[in-house]
Formats: sequence, C-alpha cells, structure tokens
Amino acid sequence: MSVRHTLVAAATLAIAASVMAPASSQTLRYANQGDLKSLDPYTLNETTTHAHLGQIFESLITRDKELKIAPGLAESWETPEPTRWRFHLRKGVKFHNGDPFTADDVVFSADRVRAKGSNLQTRIDADVKVVKVDDYTVDFILTKPNPILNSQWDTWWIMDKKWAEENNATAPTPAAATTPTYASLHENGTGPFTIESHQPGVKTVFKVNPNWWRKPEHNLKEIIFTPIASEATRVAALLSGEVDIIEPVPLQDIARVDASPNAQMLKGPEIRTIFLGMDQTRDELLFSSIKGKNPFKDVRVREAFYKAIDIESIKTRVMRGLSTPSALMIAPQLFALSKDFTRPKYDPDGAKKLLTEAGYGDGFEVTMDCPNDRYVNDAAICQAVVGMLARVGVKINLLAQPKAQYFAKVLKPGGYQTSFYMLGWTPGTLDSHNVMYDIMGCRDDPKSPRGETNLGGYCNKEFDKLTDQVLQETDTTKRNLLIKQAFEIAMKDYAYIPLHQQALAWGVSKKLKVVQRADNQVLPYWMVKQDE
Amino acid sequence: MLAFTLHRAIQAIGVMIAVGIIAFSMFRFAGDPVNQIVSLDTPPAERAAVRQSLGLDDPVIVQFARYVGNAAQFKFGVSYQFRQPVTALLMERMPATLELATCATMLAMVFGILMGVYSALRRDTLLAKAFQAISLIGISLPTFLIGILLIYLFAVVLGWLPSFGRGEVVRIGWWTTGLLTVSGLKALIMPSVTLGLFQMTLIMRLVRAEMLEVLRTDYIRFARARGLTTRAIHFGHALKNTLVPVITVAGLQFGSVIAFAIITETVFQWPGMGLLFVQAVQNVDIPIMAAYLLFVSLIFVTINFVVDILYTVVDPRLRSTISGAA
Repeated sequence: MSVRHTLVAAATLAIAASVMAPASSQTLRYANQGDLKSLDPYTLNETTTHAHLGQIFESLITRDKELKIAPGLAESWETPEPTRWRFHLRKGVKFHNGDPFTADDVVFSADRVRAKGSNLQTRIDADVKVVKVDDYTVDFILTKPNPILNSQWDTWWIMDKKWAEENNATAPTPAAATTPTYASLHENGTGPFTIESHQPGVKTVFKVNPNWWRKPEHNLKEIIFTPIASEATRVAALLSGEVDIIEPVPLQDIARVDASPNAQMLKGPEIRTIFLGMDQTRDELLFSSIKGKNPFKDVRVREAFYKAIDIESIKTRVMRGLSTPSALMIAPQLFALSKDFTRPKYDPDGAKKLLTEAGYGDGFEVTMDCPNDRYVNDAAICQAVVGMLARVGVKINLLAQPKAQYFAKVLKPGGYQTSFYMLGWTPGTLDSHNVMYDIMGCRDDPKSPRGETNLGGYCNKEFDKLTDQVLQETDTTKRNLLIKQAFEIAMKDYAYIPLHQQALAWGVSKKLKVVQRADNQVLPYWMVKQDE
Repeated sequence: MLAFTLHRAIQAIGVMIAVGIIAFSMFRFAGDPVNQIVSLDTPPAERAAVRQSLGLDDPVIVQFARYVGNAAQFKFGVSYQFRQPVTALLMERMPATLELATCATMLAMVFGILMGVYSALRRDTLLAKAFQAISLIGISLPTFLIGILLIYLFAVVLGWLPSFGRGEVVRIGWWTTGLLTVSGLKALIMPSVTLGLFQMTLIMRLVRAEMLEVLRTDYIRFARARGLTTRAIHFGHALKNTLVPVITVAGLQFGSVIAFAIITETVFQWPGMGLLFVQAVQNVDIPIMAAYLLFVSLIFVTINFVVDILYTVVDPRLRSTISGAA
C-alpha cells in the first residue's frame, strides 16, 4: 500500500471516528428542593440523597425505567435453593480510583451496611450470611426463604473495601456522627459520575466518569446541582433558563411553566400513597369530645368517615387534577391485582346514617394531625377533609404543623399521640409486604418491629397471618392472591382511608430529554441535552 | 472610663447568656431532631441509639451545661443534616452574608443620602415626591415580595440578572468573594437592592428630616447672611451636621441587616448564614441554630458596645457625666 493510500485510509478512519463519537457533551444544571445530605452511602435513607448517590455509586441490581429489577454490578443471579442466592459479578469494573471491583467489595459492603450506625440496615437481614465463592461469585445464605431479598438493593451502594480500609472508613458514618468521617466527605464508587466538589446546601459538581463500564445513555460532561428551597425562586430559575430541570414544581406554578417558551412540565403518577388513619387501639381517644369510649373502634364510624370523603373533589379542587385516587394502601404500579379493587362510593347520606346507627347522630369532635410541609398540598387536603366531615356532623379540629413537629408527635418515639391523622408512604421494597407489615400490622408485641408506623394501631390477626405467608411465598401468582386476600380484609375493616397517589411534577427545559421514574428519583444518567 | 467599659462588657456578657438560655429553651419546641435524621421506617432500637449518641437522653440541666460549656469554647458540634462541623460551615458561609450586608448598607447609604438631600432641598419638585412614594413602598412592602418581584422582572422577563446564587466566586485564603467576577457582581445586585431597600428608605427619611431641621438653625442663617455660596452652605455645613445621627443609625442597623438577610438569602438562594439558619430550622438542626443565634447576638452586642464606647470618645459632655456618676 502506497503512502497516499495509507493517508486516505487514515483520513477515512478519522472521519468515521468523528461521526461515531457521541453528540457534543453538555453541562446539566439541576435544582431540587432537597439536597445530597451525605456522601457516605449508608448514612441516610432518603429519596433525593439516593438519587444523587446513584450518579456516583452502583449496586448489584438496578431498577430500570419502569422500576423493574435489572442487572447492575451483578451480571446475573439464581436461587439454587430457596435459602441460597448466588450472584455472578460483572468483570472488569473499576472504582473511580482505579481499584478493581470484586467479591471482597460485596462482602465488605454487606457487613458495612448492616453495621452499627448504618441507616440502611434493613437492606440485608442480620442473619443472612454473605460468602465469597470466588472473586466474581457471592452467595447469600438465608435462614428462611425470602422472595424479595434483593428488592431494596437498588439503593444498597457497593463500596471499595481497599479504599475504605486505607481511609479508615470501614464503619458507616452514623446519622448522628459527632465528627465527619472520610467517607462522608469523599466518594469512591463505580458509577457514571464522580464528585468534583460538594458544598452541602450550596452546590455540588459532578464530572463524567470516562471509564464507566456501561455505554452512557446521557451526553453530559458535568452536572451542577444547586438545592433551591424557595419555590418561587426555583421556578424562576427554570423559566429564565438558568437551570435545566427542577423538582418539584409547586402545583400553582404548573400552568406558568407550561406556558413558558423555555420549559415544560413533566407529570406522572408517583408511587407514594397518601392516606388517613384513625386511632383504633386506645379505649378513649386522646383528642376528642367523646369520653370513656373510642368511636373509631366501631367499624361503622370508620366506614362513615371513608364515605364522607369526596375524593374526586380533592382531586379536582385541591390537587388540580394531579392525583390518582386510590382504593389501596399501595400504588397500582406496585401490585398487579390493584385493578380488582375500587373505592367505596362517596355517600354523605350513608355516612350520616352509619354515624346515627353507631350512636353518634349528633356528631362529635376530634383533632386531626396533619403535616404542612411534607406532601403535595398536605394541609390543603386536610382542610378539605375537615369541610367534608363537617357535612356529616363531625367537627374536626385541624392541627397542621411543620413536619418536624408533626412527626415528633405522631410517630412511635412521640407515643403515637394522635387520634386522626394524615400520612404518606412509599414502600421501600416497592412491594406490598412492606405496607402490610409496617403500616397495617398489629403493633401489640413491643419486641417486634411489626406495625411500627401503624400510628392508629389497626390490628387483625388474620391479616397478620397472611402477611407472614406473603413473606415466604415464592410463587408470584400465589403470592399476589395472598396479598389480595389481605387487602380485602383491610378494606372490609375500613382499616385506613387511602386517598390518592400524588403526581410527580418536574419542570424541564425544552432542550432536555429526561426519563421520569415513578419513585421520583431525578436521574441525570438518562438525560440528553441538546446543543446550546 | 475603665469602670464604664467594664460595666458595659459585663452587660454584654449578660445579654449573651440570656440569648443562650432563650435559644436553648426554644430548641425544645422545635421538634425531634432524630426524626429528621433517620427515615420513617427506621426501627426504634436504632432511633434510641441515635438519640443517645446525640446526648438527647441526658437531663435538661446536663444538656444545657454542655451546650454553654461548648459554646464558650466556640465548639458547636457537628450539623445534624450536613454532618460537618458547625464552626466550619458558618465560616464558609460568613463571607457571602457579610458581602451582601455590606453592599446593601453601602447602597442604602449612598442612595438614601442622595435622595434625602434632594427631597429636603427641592421639597416641592416632582422627583422629590416620587422619592417619597418609593420610600413608602420600601417601608411597607415585605422583603420577600420585593425579591420575588425583582426576580420576575429582571431574571424571568428581561433575563438580565441571575435569579439565584452567588455566581462565580474567587477564593482568597478562607474568604470567598463574588466581587471580582462579572457573574458574581451581577448576582449581587438584586439581593443587595432587596436587602438594602428598607435601610435606604429609613436613611432617606432621616436625612430629609434632619436636613430640614438643620436648615432652619441660626448658623445656617448666619452663613447665608455672610454670603456663603448655597453649595457650601448645603453640603459643607448642613449635610455634615445631618450625617452624625445618620451614621449612628446606619451603624446600628448593620446588625439587623445581617439578621434580616435570612429572608433575602432564602428568596435568592444566597449561600450565606441566613440560608443556613433557615435550612437548620426546617430540619431541626440544633447545633447550627444555636451557633447562628449566638453569632448574631454577638454581632449586635459588639456593635452596641463599640458605639457606646465611641460616643464617650466623641462627645466630651457624655464623658464628664459618666465620670461624675462613677
């Protein structure tokens, strides 16, 4: 081959290479109400923090765009027997500092995530044994079958054993640490981005990791993240084009964002369920005009409350159409048989009749606890409920407080001090069992964590029995039927009054293509930004 | 003189201790910090462990003693939400707040004095009446509303100025400054105007009233009779005598500018101490709240202390009454 030919060939190659190179890389500017609170991935179990950690760390499994479990750092896995899970790890993956990823890191991360001070201890039960088989195979040996062992692992971030040992960071940074640890200020994950600078509450800058093992679906070279707590300012920043994406957009500004030439709304159903609960355990309500007995122990009163609530009005008036009324305590995306359930109809006359039958024809007074800075329009929803119950003769004294005071009062450490309350719940495992166990299970055994967030103390032993069967049943069809059976019991008992799943409300620049996942994690690794 | 200084110093310490006690007792109603640290589904055993490690289990008296003891050594612990030492966080945020407060005060002084002088000398012109109207707006409109209106006009509609943040900053030692970059200066404009507007109207009204007062005095009349130029009378004599109370007020107001910066900083997501404090209140981050409140009261107490001492230096009449009393 002559020199000329070689040159031509080289030129052709160069052109081919330039054509194949990804579209020019971009800077993503992103603002959120919340913040990335700690770089130690086991300090805090919180959505916004996890979404950020997911840019720098990876886990054995990952959740795809539809929230289905997909391979991550583990290429594949199988369950040779119900109590043994075997994970085959991906080869050739490197941490940001160049260390190779191996089975040792998985065993180390499993120990660390369960160690004292970790806020994610529930990711793997304490009695699970994690055994390295070879450098790229790990066994998880269980004491009893658990079909949802890995369901929460999309946020069990894998750390580098060698790095942690070198930097004295083998113990997790407790949420209440009195001195910051190395791991809370530095990161070393395997993920698509690295942290360039992290100023908590001010700004965090991510840089792309050029050595990532996956082919990127994004075209970003840099992410500049700013927490902006003030709602009006966050919206203004999007409208003026200073940021590319904001979360959340307050409901009253949705029309403004949609009308803007630069940006548009991205709305979708979220998986958090908002519901009302009633104290059903105390013999006398703490905050009520009725003395000597507890009206909520009477199923007719609970039914009357349920039927007095006009969920469609809440949807159209309070939520401006951005909610999905729910018959269940879990979102339809998370339970296949959801469509078999419908809400009992809104029926104020029926509700009044039920109250009369129960002996409360003249109505009664009860205090309702409600957060006012936690969920979308939370206090407004509670105000609507107050008006609706007034129509059937129940006088509600509304106590709407900031979440700091609200949770201090109603949760277990506060002694469940509530008679009637509103709460929202996303099952961490994205599975019904979590709701059945934490929210709807009996809390009569003080040693068991069952029913810990069951603030009203609903209790039905038959329901609990089904919950236990659900945990061990490995056949999906049978399992779903068991869950359905349990939810039917709870519905018959009027255990809770589910209201709705609120909607996600992201404001996105028209230059940006994003994937909106129902768990409200804003994930830049799926974002593509057009050239300026 | 020494006795007076000592007396004032003791008073200042008394104020600081009172602030400490009030702040500490308020924290007991701020909510449970443990709930803000752990997630909703954290088991009680773990919650108890967190509670214990924060020392929230100890009796109130023990907690208070520890708080005062640590504060006296400038140890404020680690922020619950950021897991970084509070002192470092405050130091990091301080330049932003001080730059903003200084700019706002300068703005208020310059424009306040100019507008005040003008509206005193040309009382009946249209412009003077316009200044009066503006000063009404400045006094009656709440800060956050002014901020949001400015953002809407200059950031969203016109696109001239950034709606949030500090722009690019330059680091000089431990100090960060936005005064050396274009984006930093642009970012400074709206927050300073918002924060300084109230002070500006205050100064303008004060200058106007004082100036009118001074212009009526005998020595101005004599000066006029001697044939001095109007310019010399107005700016050489009248304005100079007007400025003494103005500077006093502006100095004292500097403390409240820093304190009021909370609202401005929240609206503009200005990364200063005020924003840090608001975030701390929302998250029941007691170490930050405690440190911030003490810091702000320290600023107030220091300014007052210095002003008191300066008075006696400046005004000999005051000195003689003090030594007479002592």
